[in-house]
Order: sequence, then C-alpha cells, then structure tokens
Amino acid sequence: MAEYQNIFTQVQVRTVPDAGVPLPAGSWPRAGQPVLQYWLGKIGNAQVGPIYLGFTGVAALLCGTIAFLIIGLNFWAQVNWDPIQFVRQLFWLGLEPPAPEYGLSIPPLAQGGWWLMAGFFLTTSVLLWWVRMYRRARALGMGTHVAWAFAAAIWLYLVLGFIRPLLMGSWSEAVPFGIFPHLDWTAAFSIKYGNLFYNPFHMLSIAFLYGATLLFAMHGATILAVGRYGGERELEQITDRGTASERAALFWRWTMGFNATMESIHRWGWWFAVLCPLTGGIGILLTGTVVDNWYLWGVQHGIAPAYPDVYPAMPDPAATQGVAP
Amino acid sequence: MRTLTMRKLLPLTVLAAAAVLTACERPQMEVEQLGYRGVGMEQVTNPRLAGARRDANVAPEPLPPVTPGGPRAGDLYENVEVLGDLTIVEFNRLMTALTEWVSPDEGCNYCHVPGNFASEDIYTKVVSRRMLEMTKTINDQWHSHVGDTGVTCYTCHQGKPVPEYVWFEERGGARQAGGMAASRRGQNLASPVAGYSSLPSDPFSAFLLGDAEIRVIPTTALPEGTNPANIMDAEWTYGLMMHFSTSLGVNCTHCHNSRSFFEWDGSPPQRTNAWHAIRMARELNQDYLVPLESVYPDTQLGPHGDAPKLNCQTCHQGVNLPLYGVSMLQDYPELNAVSRNGSARSTAASQADMAPAVSAVPDEGDVEEEAEPENGDEI
Repeated sequence: MAEYQNIFTQVQVRTVPDAGVPLPAGSWPRAGQPVLQYWLGKIGNAQVGPIYLGFTGVAALLCGTIAFLIIGLNFWAQVNWDPIQFVRQLFWLGLEPPAPEYGLSIPPLAQGGWWLMAGFFLTTSVLLWWVRMYRRARALGMGTHVAWAFAAAIWLYLVLGFIRPLLMGSWSEAVPFGIFPHLDWTAAFSIKYGNLFYNPFHMLSIAFLYGATLLFAMHGATILAVGRYGGERELEQITDRGTASERAALFWRWTMGFNATMESIHRWGWWFAVLCPLTGGIGILLTGTVVDNWYLWGVQHGIAPAYPDVYPAMPDPAATQGVAP
Repeated sequence: MRTLTMRKLLPLTVLAAAAVLTACERPQMEVEQLGYRGVGMEQVTNPRLAGARRDANVAPEPLPPVTPGGPRAGDLYENVEVLGDLTIVEFNRLMTALTEWVSPDEGCNYCHVPGNFASEDIYTKVVSRRMLEMTKTINDQWHSHVGDTGVTCYTCHQGKPVPEYVWFEERGGARQAGGMAASRRGQNLASPVAGYSSLPSDPFSAFLLGDAEIRVIPTTALPEGTNPANIMDAEWTYGLMMHFSTSLGVNCTHCHNSRSFFEWDGSPPQRTNAWHAIRMARELNQDYLVPLESVYPDTQLGPHGDAPKLNCQTCHQGVNLPLYGVSMLQDYPELNAVSRNGSARSTAASQADMAPAVSAVPDEGDVEEEAEPENGDEI
C-alpha cells in the first residue's frame, strides 16, 4: 500500500459507476449520469455524479446565478461593455454598497440598489445551500457537523454584510463585491478602526486559523505516514496493538508527551476550524459598534506596549497651529 | 505512467506560476530599519531599480555664476514683470538656465516670439511668469516643506516643457455604461495613482485641490459619535496615501507609526513635513495652477477642460528627496529675486522662520543610528 504515501492517489477503482442507495419517497431524482474521470481519480474518487440537488439545491443555484449575473453584468457595464477591458480589469472591478447618505434605505439601482439585490440573492442562495447540506446529512443518517461548520462561515459572512451594517445603521459599512475591492475594503476597515490587530477576537481568529492548518497538517501527515499499515482506515484499528493507529498515537506521545485519539483529533480540527470564523465574526461585530479604535483600546488595556522614543517629538501640526486638519 | 503525468503537469505548473508572478518583483529586497527594533518601522526597496531611478533624477551642472552689478533688467528690457530686479547678466543667466530646464529642444521660442521677446502672444510666456512666482512662493512661504533645499523649475520640469507628472480631474474616470448600471464611484479600475489597487484613483480633486477631511480614524477608544467618517472615506484617504507612497518611493512607515497610522506620538518627523506638503499642494493648485486655465490652449487642458495641476509626484518623481536632495536653488539666487511689482529682494526668506525647519530632522540614514538605543536589549 505504499501508493498512499504519495501526494497523488495511486490507486483507482474502475468499475461500473454506483448510483447509490434508493431515495426515500417524495425525493427529487438524482441528476446526471455517473462517469469515471481519470484525473479526478488522482485526487479523490474517480466517479463523478450523480448529484442530488432537490428543491433547495435548485433554488440555491438559481439564486446564486442571479447574484452572479447581477455582479458580473454590473462589472461589465462599468467598462462600458468592452469585453477586453472586462477581462483586463476583472480583478479590479467591484460592485459597491450604497453610499453613507442612504443609511439603511433602499437606494436607486445605480447607487447601491444592485448591491443590495445581489446581496439578497447571494445570501438566500447560501442559506438554501446550508439547508441542503443539513438535509443531505440527515438523509444519510449522518450527524450534521458539516452543516454547522458551514454555518460558522455563514455567520462571518452575515456579520460582514448584514448584521454589522444593521447595527451601524448604514449599508455603506458593508463589503463591496469584487476581488481587489473587497481586499482594499479589508485593509481600509482595519485602518479606519485603528488597526484590527489589536482586536482580541481578531487575534483569536488568527490563532484558530493557523491552528487549524497546523492541526490539519499534523493529522494529514500522521495518517499518510502510517499509510503502509492501512492508517487511512483509522477508527477500525483503534482497539488492536501494533496497528497504524497505535503507531500514530505513540509517535505523538513520544514526541510531545500527549496524543489525541483517532476520534478526538477530528474534534480538535473541527473546533479550530469552526472557531476561526466564529471569533472573527465577533471581532468584526464589535468593531465600530462597541470599540472605535482598537489601538487606543489596546493601550487602555495594556496590550499595546509603549516603545522608546527614537524620533524628535513632532506634535500634530493641526493641533499646534490651531487650524483645521 | 507517473513520468508521463509529471511531464504534462510540470510545464503547466511552471506556466501558471510564471503568469502569476509576472507582476511581482523578484527578491532580494533591501530592508532598512527606520525606527525602534522589532516594530516593522522599515523601508523596503528593490536595489535593482535603484540605479535607474537615481539616473533619472540627476540635477544638471549649474551654470557658472555671474559677477554682481550692472543695470537692472527691468530698466533695459520691455515687459519684464517679475524679474525686473535682476541685473542684465543675472537675467540672462536665468533665461539660459530656464531654457535648459524647461524647453531644451524647443529653445527660447517655446515662450518667446522670435524677434520680439517682449511679446505675450505665446501663452507659455504668461504661464512661465506665473510659475516663477510660484517657485518664489514655495521657497519663501513653504520652508516647512521644502526646507533650505528649495525648488527650481528643474525640480518638476526636468527638461520637459510640461512636467512628466501632472494631474487632471477624473470625474468618475473612464467611460462606463449609464442608466441603471452601478456606479464605479471613482474607483475599482487598475490605477497607477493608487498603486494599482482598486482604491479611488482621483484623490487629488478632493484632497489636493479641495480640502476634504483626510483624517478618518477615531481618536477615542470607544465610539462617542464624534467621528463622522466611514469606511468609504477611509478608502479615499487610503488612495491618497498610495499616491504619497508611489510618488516618494517609500513605504507607509516613512511617515507613520507602524502600530497606529493616526497617532502622531512615535510617528517619524517626515509626517509633519508631509502635513505641510498637503497644504502647500492645495494652495499652489488653487492660487497658481487652476487660475491659469483660461491661459492655456485647449490642447493643454484635461478631458474636463481643467488646467494641469500638481501633486506629490510632480516634484518627487519617485524619490523621497527630489533630485536626491541636491539644492539647485543655492546655485540660482536669481530665483529668489522674483517679485510681482519689481520691489526689492528683501521679502526673500522673510517668512522662512514661520514653521519648524524640517530639514533639520534626521533623514533615512541618520534615523537608523538614532533609532538604536545604547542598551538595545532592554525595552
């Protein structure tokens, strides 16, 4: 089984595609003829399809398509329907939320109305997709951990684009759609609120982000490393001695004293991943609503230390000259 | 099987990586410490671009100085409005220098009607007279920004009749579809002004011509309702700051405390200099450049019929200290004798002590030495 110790899957099952178990009464039919795809077999299961969309899936795709078209067509209109400029400027183009003067009212389409509409359809699409994930898990008799992890990401998305703007009383506080526009917004957001790095929930979010990647790397590496003993079968081996599972556990006990179990390592990973957007969302929600300047807040609470002065004191000229800044 | 796979994958990967990386500058970069250790107060520069930039910003050799004395140009020549106090030799030396600085290819006739140097039939003569006055104003009244180095025509012109970096109003930028299509709001196109970000690309109309509020960061830890600025305002300020950074070839920390951009405490002194620069640019645009709009022919005006205006890049041209700090003004005292009414030179430098002399502030290299306390291990 040395093949499992490679960055690509070396073994592909080639057989008649499996259509899956029969669906319960009242379900929509599964869509698509299953096919075997060699390249997908390199990174996963070679069988593609069938897919179960159901009502929520179809509705989510429909709403997502509407949002995608609203955003895309507005991008294209912003370069006066020039296809070449559309491609060249694609990463720069954006769909901006309404200006501050509109508050939480509904502005004209050109002044943020399209943004509101795209946001509505995108949010509906995402929520419907969440329902679909929940129901598919239930249909398979699974727990709903995937759906709740997805919900954590949706929480952050809703805080950024909906809940926080509501609390601030203005859609203009929300994120624009667009590749660079949303990145520029992120930087401007941090600067505007006095440097987000002093926000403790931002710190937690980063810790969980990096922590989740670290845990995933540790777990992935451990399982690949015991692949020669069938380590990918994980749970079925935990009661026996000398198995891949025991070797993996001993490896970590010997290197750092403590080891997770084959079961608990997945809880570690799940919680770290889920807490990243959960804490991040709290941090965003507090910004501007409860704390206005995170640096000054950090100074007040002793998390922003003072450094020695290395420059001559240069007071704010606007203050010393008595003129408007 | 595996080799075949790799043979296909490798070129694809290399191609994709090359496409992504074309916009990047290759390492190594030079990093210079500007402040206290460990707080990210540093200047990052690409040493491979430094040579070309240095070559592009060289001050020309000064013309030989002239002996003082002799008749006044205002008494001898007709229609000498602002240079009347110069002696004939000083006047001619300055005219020679001006030609070399501004219209080396076009010569005297770029501003003068051949055979009738007193004529004002060419608009450039009217403009250049106003520019001489502007130069005087900068050197006299904006010591807070230009220090003792001062400026000459060459600082901006560098051998070009129109300085390489001027700006015109954008009013929304490139054409976009009208009707219900969402407005770009003056941003979201790749713009060299904003450092190729998607930030607003004409921060000049708002901040360097108008006096829109640049400060957006609250000065209290908790919201007290005293700061009306919002994130969109922050993006406009950010756009202006990208222009500063690009124009001077510096990072944010050239002026700003790395921990909090609003805080003056712990900010490099260059920030004070830049504060005055903003006011200077506003005044020069309002008092000198915009009023010339009616003088220019249409070909010199912007897409919205506005006069060319200045920003940081007009003088700095990618360099922290224009022309790397060489003071050409010291070699051309004639520029200090500019006067509107032919009055005496006495007004020169009378207002030089208005503001702290920022040139006394340590710059680049000096800062690094002072930045390291004796006991560098202790906080």
